[in-house]
Amino acid sequence: MSDHDYRPKSKVGQWFNDRLPLLTLANHLTDYPTPKNLNYWWTFGGILTFCLITQIVTGLTLAMHYIAHADMAFESVEHIMRDVNYGWLIRYIHANGASMFFLAVYIHIFRSLFYGSYKSPREIIWILGIIIYLLMMAAAFMGYVLPWGQMSFWGATVITNLFSAIPLVGEGIVTWLWGGYSVDNPTLTRFFTLHYLIPFLILGLVVLHIWALHVPGNNNPVGIDIKKPSKDTVPFHPYIVIKDGFALLMFMIVFAFFVFYAPNILGHADNYIEANPMVTPAHIVPEWYLLPFYAILRSVPDKLLGVVAMLSAILILAVLPWLDTSKIRSAVFRPLYKQFYWILVADVLILGYVGAMPAEGLYLLIARVATAYYFLHFLVILPVLGFKEKTLPVPLSITEPVLGGSPNLAAARNQESKIE
Amino acid sequence: MSEKKTKRRDFLFTATTAVGAVGAAAVVWPMIDQMNPDASVKALASTEVDVSSLTPGNTLTVLWRGKPVFIRRRTQEEIEEARSVKMEDLIHPEKDEDRAKNPEWLVMLGVCTHLGCVPLNDKGDYNGWFCPCHGSHYDTSGRIRKGPAPWNMEVPKYEFVDANTIKIG
Repeated sequence: MSDHDYRPKSKVGQWFNDRLPLLTLANHLTDYPTPKNLNYWWTFGGILTFCLITQIVTGLTLAMHYIAHADMAFESVEHIMRDVNYGWLIRYIHANGASMFFLAVYIHIFRSLFYGSYKSPREIIWILGIIIYLLMMAAAFMGYVLPWGQMSFWGATVITNLFSAIPLVGEGIVTWLWGGYSVDNPTLTRFFTLHYLIPFLILGLVVLHIWALHVPGNNNPVGIDIKKPSKDTVPFHPYIVIKDGFALLMFMIVFAFFVFYAPNILGHADNYIEANPMVTPAHIVPEWYLLPFYAILRSVPDKLLGVVAMLSAILILAVLPWLDTSKIRSAVFRPLYKQFYWILVADVLILGYVGAMPAEGLYLLIARVATAYYFLHFLVILPVLGFKEKTLPVPLSITEPVLGGSPNLAAARNQESKIE
Repeated sequence: MSEKKTKRRDFLFTATTAVGAVGAAAVVWPMIDQMNPDASVKALASTEVDVSSLTPGNTLTVLWRGKPVFIRRRTQEEIEEARSVKMEDLIHPEKDEDRAKNPEWLVMLGVCTHLGCVPLNDKGDYNGWFCPCHGSHYDTSGRIRKGPAPWNMEVPKYEFVDANTIKIG
C-alpha cells in the first residue's frame, strides 16, 4: 500500500498535506484495496451512510418548523404537513427514512451473520455496529414521540415504563426520565433534545466503524484473509464507488415509492389523533422494526424477566464473535450453519409477525417458541456447531474458485503458496 | 514490594484524585437532578373532584398529576364479589377492605402496573378492568388477577372533603 509514500503532485498540495494530511486520507480512501468478489450485499454500508445523512438533513429542516411543546407539537407537525413549503415532502422523507434506515441496517446485519464478518479480526467493527444499532433504536423511538399523537404518547409510556421493572430504584428512574409523574411536556422537550443529539453520536461512531474496517479491510463472500493490495483486490474508486452508487439508486427507487405512493403505510393511523393521557389506544404496537423485540418482551409472563429477555436479545449480539466458535467465516463453507442461518432469519420474521398481533392464544405460543429458539441459536447451536460441523474446503484465494475448472488451477495454487 | 514506603507523592496523587472525584460529582449531580420533577410539576400535587353526579355502577376518570384516576361507585354485587375473594387466589394479596375504606367508593390510579397503559372499564375475566396493551385482568377491587402486571392498581392518598367531594393527593 502506498499510504505512507503518497505525495500530492502540486506544490500547494504538498504544503497543505505536510501540515494536515487530509490529502493522504483522501488518497487512502480512493485507493483502498477492496476484495474484488464483493457482492451486492456489501453495498449496504454506503446505503446506510446515505440514510444517516438524509435523516440529519431532513431532521434539521423539520426542526426549523417543529415546536417541542405538549400543547403545540401535534399542531406544529400538521402545520409542517399543510403550510410549510414542501413540508409534507420533508416530513415523509424523514418518517419513511427511519424505516428505510432500519431496512438497510437489518440487511447489513444479516449479511454479517451469513458471511461471518463479525469474527476475528473484525470484532470491534461489529461491536461498534451494535452500539450504532442501539442508538438508532433510541433515536427512532424518541423521534416517534415528537409528533405527540396517541401512539407517540402511549409508546413513550410503555417503553419508559420498562425501566420500572428494575427492583427498588425502577420507579425513581421512571419519574426521573419523565421529569414528572407521567409522560408530559418535560418528557417531550428532553426527547427532542436527545433525538437531535443522537444522530451526531451515530455519525461519530460511523467514522470509528469505518476506521476499524479499514485496518483489516473488508471481509468477502469467500470469507478468507486476502493480501492487499493483490490480484484479489480492486481500488475502492472507481470500482466500488460505481457499484455502491448503482445499488444506492435501486434503493432510492424503493425509498421514493414509500415517500410518494405509500407514505403512511408503515406508520400507525392512531398517531394522527392527538395524545390523550386518559385513553389508551386499543392496540399499541411499536414501529415494524422493533416488533421482534416487542414479541420477546410480551412472550415472558413476568414483568422484570420480560424486560431482561428483550434487552438480552439485543445485547447477546455484542458477544456473538465469542459465541460462534467456528474458525470458518463464510456460511458458503459451513453447510450446517447455512441451514441454521436461514432458520434464524425465519425465526426473527415470525417474531416480527407475532409482535404485531395480540399477545394471546396461538400467537403467544408461537412467540414463546420463537423466543426460545432465538436464544437457543446464539447460546447453544452456534457454540456447539463450531466443534461439530464438518466444513467444506476453503479456497486459498478469491481467484481460485474462478479458476477452479481450468488447467491454470495448479499454477494458481503454486503462485498463491509462493506469496504465502 | 511490601517494603515500599508510602511517599509524599503517593499521598498527593490520592488526595488530588479524591478532591477531583468529589468536584466532578458535585458538578454532575445538578446535571442529573435537573431532569427530576420540577417545582411547577410538584405544585400540582392535589386535585378536588365533585362526585355528586356519579351513580352506582359508574366510573369517573379524572386527571391527577398527568395520570388518570378511576373513581368507581360500586354496586352491591361488585362489593360482595371483591370481598369474597380468598387471599391465596391473589397475585398481590390485598384486602378489599384496605383498598376501599368506604366500600361503595373505589379510588385508584387508572394505570396498569405492567407498562402504564389505561385499563378499560367493565372488561376482562373478573368483571373489573382489562388492559388492552398486554392483557392484564383486574377484579372489581382493581386487583391484578391474570396477566403480566405485577401489582394491583395503586390506591392514591385521598379523602372525602364533604359528602360529594373527593380530594386526591
